[in-house]
Amino acid sequence: MNEFLSITSPLSFVIEPLSHEFMRRALMVSALVGGVCGLLSCYMTLKGWALMGDAVSHAVMPGVVVAYALGLPFSIGAFVFGVGSVALIGFVKQKSRIKEDTVIGLVFTGFFALGLVLVSKIKSNIDLMHILFGSPLGISDSDVQQTIIISAIVVTILLLFRRDLMLYCFDATHARSIGINTGILHYLLLSVLSLAAVAGLQTVGIILVVAMLITPGATAYLLTDRFDRMTYLAILSSAISSILGVYISYWSDIETGGSIVLVQTVIFLIAFLFAPRYGILKSQVSTHL
Amino acid sequence: MMNPLTNQPQGELLGIEANEVCVDYNGTVALYDASLKLKAGSICGLVGMNGAGKSTFFKALMGFVRPSRGSIRINGSAVHKAQRDQAVAYVPQNEGIDCSFPVSVWDVVMMGRYGSMNFLRIPRESDRKAVWHALARVELLELRKRPIGSLSGGQRKRAFLARAIAQRASVLLLDEPFSGVDVRTEKLMAELFLQFRKEGRTILISTHDLSHVRDFCDLVVLINKTVLAYGETSQIFTQENITMTFGGMPPDVLSGPTPSEGFFE
Repeated sequence: MNEFLSITSPLSFVIEPLSHEFMRRALMVSALVGGVCGLLSCYMTLKGWALMGDAVSHAVMPGVVVAYALGLPFSIGAFVFGVGSVALIGFVKQKSRIKEDTVIGLVFTGFFALGLVLVSKIKSNIDLMHILFGSPLGISDSDVQQTIIISAIVVTILLLFRRDLMLYCFDATHARSIGINTGILHYLLLSVLSLAAVAGLQTVGIILVVAMLITPGATAYLLTDRFDRMTYLAILSSAISSILGVYISYWSDIETGGSIVLVQTVIFLIAFLFAPRYGILKSQVSTHL
Repeated sequence: MMNPLTNQPQGELLGIEANEVCVDYNGTVALYDASLKLKAGSICGLVGMNGAGKSTFFKALMGFVRPSRGSIRINGSAVHKAQRDQAVAYVPQNEGIDCSFPVSVWDVVMMGRYGSMNFLRIPRESDRKAVWHALARVELLELRKRPIGSLSGGQRKRAFLARAIAQRASVLLLDEPFSGVDVRTEKLMAELFLQFRKEGRTILISTHDLSHVRDFCDLVVLINKTVLAYGETSQIFTQENITMTFGGMPPDVLSGPTPSEGFFE
């Protein structure tokens, strides 16, 4: 009854949840992670690394389990396994005749399966569902701290190297020919991806983290022809999706990770239909004129 | 007379010097005993079939592959020093570029300045002037705010040429510059190449378009895994030599399966 009354006023829809400490925390962390992943998603979509993002986010699973078992911060284990999976993908690709997408699929499912087995074998209080689907509403103090530190590292790296990374995504040949070390940029971007996957794991979980790493970038890409504007739009749409997703999850008692990603997908669909230049409705109109 | 681009005496300077260069990829020979001397201020065509080693030669000149034997010098110094000095610019084929990338023409040309900027790549007034000047030379100033993808093939080619100009590169490597360009671009490029020659730049044009080589290039290099013939276009471009370059070659024990032609995949 009480709940029903509060929904009737739009303002209380926004304010009432803020009276809970866990909601303030969930909103803050989700918006932060959303913004960070949104920024990174621009590079992922332009570089064509969606599958790589999926791979890295799944591959961190055993790292999280091992870290918990050893009493280490989960982000350290996740980072080690994320970077390790990328190194392994590179190694297998180089040393065999197997095509890259096959190697990626092979390595990340192997890591993910290892994670599942470890969870079932190692006696701990890890909740598998929390890792797989995220739980921003139940996030602990230490997890909040870790997420803030990770986000700060990711944003700092992306800001410092943003021109070089853009050039690397656009024209790696030119970057190399003017003496920029593209090998370092490649691994820098992969490390940042691992870190962002760890951060995203907190809010939407391992299964859906890849959405945070590509959907905002894809949405922004439909809306502009400027790289800088694309990053702003991706950060904005991603942070808004996170906040809206958490609210919707609170009021309608649905799963938070799914709710956040669904909002992102809806925003993408709106851009897909109505984007001024690249929306399909626009192209329909212009072909008929 | 000094060469303003390299601060070395003009005439004596070799823009590109390759001595018996061999390149192999995991045991497959892509290029062997390739020797070439190009004076600063010359326009040279690099002619050969697909898989003849044109792109391998370009990669070696840019320092992307290390020759297993032989040496390369650009403006008299090692390739990596030339790279740091922003001496070499590569003008890509249209197919080699992601045209839906969200950058403007101005942004693309500004990328030519990155190597001269500080770590954060914040453009100074001099960088903006260089970009403006380069865009003016290729007649793209009015289109500078347009996304690169909205340009025609010829305009895009000019934009990447402008990037090389903005970079102040003294050695220009052009990959199929005449494919898919309009008449205006072709005319403009011809004028620019002559200006570049006067400015003391070295221009190497990789192509299999023979008529353009005849029209534009002072010198020509015919390659098929190695330099078959090299010299002034009028003397080298004989029917006999061209037949040899494009298939009349006797089977060679050294040439294994050809590497894929896709550049820097």
